[in-house]
This record gives sequence, C-alpha cells and structure tokens, in this order.
Amino acid sequence: MADALTITDLVKQFGGLTATDHLSLSVDEGEVHAVIGPNGAGKTTLIGQLTGEITPNSGSIRFAGREITGLPVHRRSMLGLARSFQITNVLADFSAKANVALAVQAHQGHSFRFLRKAANDPRLVDPALEYLAIVGLDNRAEVAAANLSHGEQRQLELAMALATQPSMLLLDEPMAGMGPEDSARMVDILKRLKGDLTILLVEHDMDAVFALADRITVLVYGRAIATGTPDAIRSDPEVRAAYLGEETADA
Amino acid sequence: MISIRYGFIAFVMIALAAVPTVAVAIDEPFYVSMFTRMLVMAIAACSLNLVLGYGGMVSFGHAAYLGLGAYVVGIGFYHASNDGMEWALNGWMHLALAIIIPGLVALLVGAISLRTRGVYFIMITLAFSQMLYYFFIGLERYGGDDGLSLWFLSDFGGVMDMNDDVHLYYLSYGLLLLILFMLYRLVNSRFGMVIKGAKSNERRLMAVGFPTYRYRLVAFGISGAICGVAGFLMANQSEFVSTAEMHWVHSGDLIVMVVLGGMGTLFGPVLGAVGFLMLEQYLPEMIRGGCEVIGGNDCGVAGEYWKIVFGPLLIMIVLFARGGIDGLLQGKVGRNG
Repeated sequence: MADALTITDLVKQFGGLTATDHLSLSVDEGEVHAVIGPNGAGKTTLIGQLTGEITPNSGSIRFAGREITGLPVHRRSMLGLARSFQITNVLADFSAKANVALAVQAHQGHSFRFLRKAANDPRLVDPALEYLAIVGLDNRAEVAAANLSHGEQRQLELAMALATQPSMLLLDEPMAGMGPEDSARMVDILKRLKGDLTILLVEHDMDAVFALADRITVLVYGRAIATGTPDAIRSDPEVRAAYLGEETADA
Repeated sequence: MISIRYGFIAFVMIALAAVPTVAVAIDEPFYVSMFTRMLVMAIAACSLNLVLGYGGMVSFGHAAYLGLGAYVVGIGFYHASNDGMEWALNGWMHLALAIIIPGLVALLVGAISLRTRGVYFIMITLAFSQMLYYFFIGLERYGGDDGLSLWFLSDFGGVMDMNDDVHLYYLSYGLLLLILFMLYRLVNSRFGMVIKGAKSNERRLMAVGFPTYRYRLVAFGISGAICGVAGFLMANQSEFVSTAEMHWVHSGDLIVMVVLGGMGTLFGPVLGAVGFLMLEQYLPEMIRGGCEVIGGNDCGVAGEYWKIVFGPLLIMIVLFARGGIDGLLQGKVGRNG
C-alpha cells in the first residue's frame, strides 16, 4: 500500500527544547494511525508542523507524493490535508451550518464573489447539511456554534474538516474533554469514516485509540520509540515502561 | 424589538431624505449643508465599518483616504484655475479618481499593515495616515498647511450643480443609499463570509483553506475607495480642502462614530455619524442652556467644555449599550463582553 504521508527525519527545536527529535513516520493510505505519548511528547507540535502552522528546523514532510514542508497552511488544506483542533476552534458567532458552509466554500474556487447571498446558496448549504448529518448534527444546524455543547462543538469541528473533502484527516485529540457518552459517539463516527480516509489520530483516550487504530506510534520526548499494531504496542515492554503502564492497568 | 430597530432606521433614512424640503420650508438653508456633512461622515463611517466592524481590522488611519478623496477635487481645481486646464474640473473624473486613488493607496497601506495584528496594525495604519498628512503639508503648491479654497467645484455639466446645496445633498444621499446597498450585498456574499469569518477566527479559516490575507486586503482597498467618495463630497460641501481633515484625530472620530452607532451592522455607522455630529452641534448649546437655568456664571465658556460631557457619554454607551445605538434599538442592554 502507498504511503499517504511520509515524515522523514523531522526536527523542531524551541530554544533548548527539542519537541520533535529526528522523527520519521509513515502513514499508509486508508490507515488509521494513532500517535500516543505522555504530555509534552510533542504530539501537538507534530500536528502543527504537518498543517504548516509550525515550521520545522529540518527534515521533510511528503503528502500524496508531494513535498509539502514549505507550503503555507491554506495550500495544504487545498491538497486534501484537513485538521481538527485540540482546543475547539470553530467560529463561535456563526451557526453550525454557516461554519460548515464556510469550509465548503473554501474548496469551491476563489471567494472573490461579492454579490450573491451566501447564506442561501444551495451549492454551499446542501453539502454543509450533508456533512452535519455525517457527524449527527443535522438537527442543530441553525444553532450558533457558541451555544452548542462541548461534545457537539467537537462534532462540528470534525464536520468542518470533512467539508474540505480531504484525503487525510489530522485529528488532534478529538475526544478531548468529552464524557464517555460523547466519546463513544465520536468513535462510532470515526469508525464509519475509516477506510474512506487516511487518519492520523492523536489521542489520550486509550479505549478510543485501541478501538480505531490500525497502527500506533508511541512518541516520547519527540522521538518515536515504537510503531506497530495495537497488540504489538500493548505488549511492548519499552512502551509499557514509558507510558502505557498505569493507563492499561485499569483498562 | 426588531420592529423598533427597523422602524427607527426607516424613520432616520426618510427624515434625511426630507431635510432639504424642510430646510427650505422653515427658511433655514444652513441645515442643508449641516446634514450634508452628516451624510458625508456617514459614508466615511460605513467604509470604516467594513474593515473595523465586519473585518475586525482596527484602522486608525481612515482620515487619510477621506483627505485623498478631497484632494482629488482640490488638485483638479488648482490646475483648472491656474493652468487653464478646464477639463480638470470634470466631476465624473473627480468621482472616479476619488474612488481609484484612495482605493489604491489603501491597498498599498493594507499590503504592509495587514501582515501585523492588534496594536501593531493600529499603529502602522496611524503611521501611514500621518505620513500622508505631512506629505500634503509639504506640498506647498497645493496650499500646504493653509489648504485650498475652491472657487470652482466639481463640474457635472448640466446634470447637477455642486454650488446648489440641495443638489449636493441629494447626490450625497443617493451615494449613501447606493453604498449601503452595495455593502449589504458585499457582507452577505461569499467574500463577506470570509471577511466576517476571518474576524471571528482567522486561524480556523486558514486551516480550512482560505488565504485570508488577500481577502482582508481587498476589503481594505474597497473600504479606502468608499472613504474616498466621502472625501470627494466633503471637498464640494466645505468648498475647501486642507490637511486638517487628514489629521489622525479625525480617524479617531470615525472610529467613535462606528462604535457609537454599532460595529458590524449595516446602518449603525449612519446612526453613529448622525448622532456624533448632532451632539457636536447641540451639546454646547444644551450645556449653555442648562448652565443658564441653574444660574451659573460664564455660561458661554461652559459651553466650550462640551467634550467633558461628550466623552463620558461615549464611554457609557460603549460600556452599557452593547452594539452602540443600533444595539440599544435591538434591546441589547448590558455589559460588553
């Protein structure tokens, strides 16, 4: 199977701190690849470098057979790389529908269109409602994002990422701050997306990771200490020592 | 509450339409030029509102575009009267250049300042407008510090006569309506969604694939162009062009008008401009009157200190009426936040 994303020898330093330490990682097409690691392992820094918000010191990132290391954020989105944010990052004063419609709009050519009302343009609204339906928010379409529950905002976050018609999703802790019920719903939604999309999943919720991931990479101090199937990772002694020990004790 | 809001806005717009008729009827032609000035500042405030209210870009230099629009008329007049270049008074050309030149300058200023955020953005727009201010002070040929008195105004042939206050008034009113209509279409279009979205959460917009910089830049250019139209009208109204109108204090006045009326609403800046200039006009008289009622000394002097009342009044509105006058009309009373 072809690689969707290939990270080679990536380094990112903040002053004396090495957040990403000669990291190499590849994600197969159609795979759900989870990245786990303790706090401060450099997971969010990694996502930032993949989306283009953070510039690495050295190394390369290839996506869909193309070098994207120097590309700006919006160009990567155009190539089919979409992200969800760790901290909910939606347009608070826009309705759920308008949030998704804007993401749809971003991928329908330029937006130097000054006259036609966007709010009732079916080319924006119809797909927006479809994406809301995929994440189960279709009955909340008109609600301002600020008035959605935390779990719903996370679902909206995902709908916006999907609306950019990506080939790959970068999910930065999609279950962050969710109760067990919301988490389970999110796992269901992601399971349905699995196979159609390549997913890089950064997540602390181990139940979710083991339910979804085809492969897992364990990150400690910016380095990948192990990559393998969930079973292999579960039984890896180094991983247990570094990270999983206390997490799996009660699982 | 919506009906009160739109009822009031409709009342203001219809009342403005009736100003020349009423002024002639009560034989107070002075009102025509006073209200022309309100319409002109309303247009300027609307232009600022596009970037400030809808786009979240706090431009502290919009007086520069107002001044540039005015100088198009002034410089045209100068060459017509000194070099015999009759064509330089052509009103259509004035109007076109008062859109194009401030628009292009705004694009240039925006191209640099939009790379910064927050206080830096405010300071850079301020710096550029002060640069233009001193540039025109240095232009001795066009009056420098003293400005230019316009013996001839923009010439629209037989279509309208800028020397006729009523013609100028209705030209201003018509342009305000046209600009409001254009802005209404603009802020609800795809372009408008990007501008409003970038105000709300620019990082998210980039993440879904918008190169937000160029959209914000175009909005800034459009805003400068509209402000230039106001400058064109201002020159014809005051029959005088000077650097004073480009001074940064007037950029501040424009911000106050937008905030007072209601940021990010279509008619807010119109209400703000009318309210601001009404207060400026009548507050001194009201203070003088109030002073005389309570039997104070030196009431004439007391009236000169009207800003002591004006300032706190603005602060009260900003603090307690979320969304300015337009917010009050919607019943949005309460703390900002």
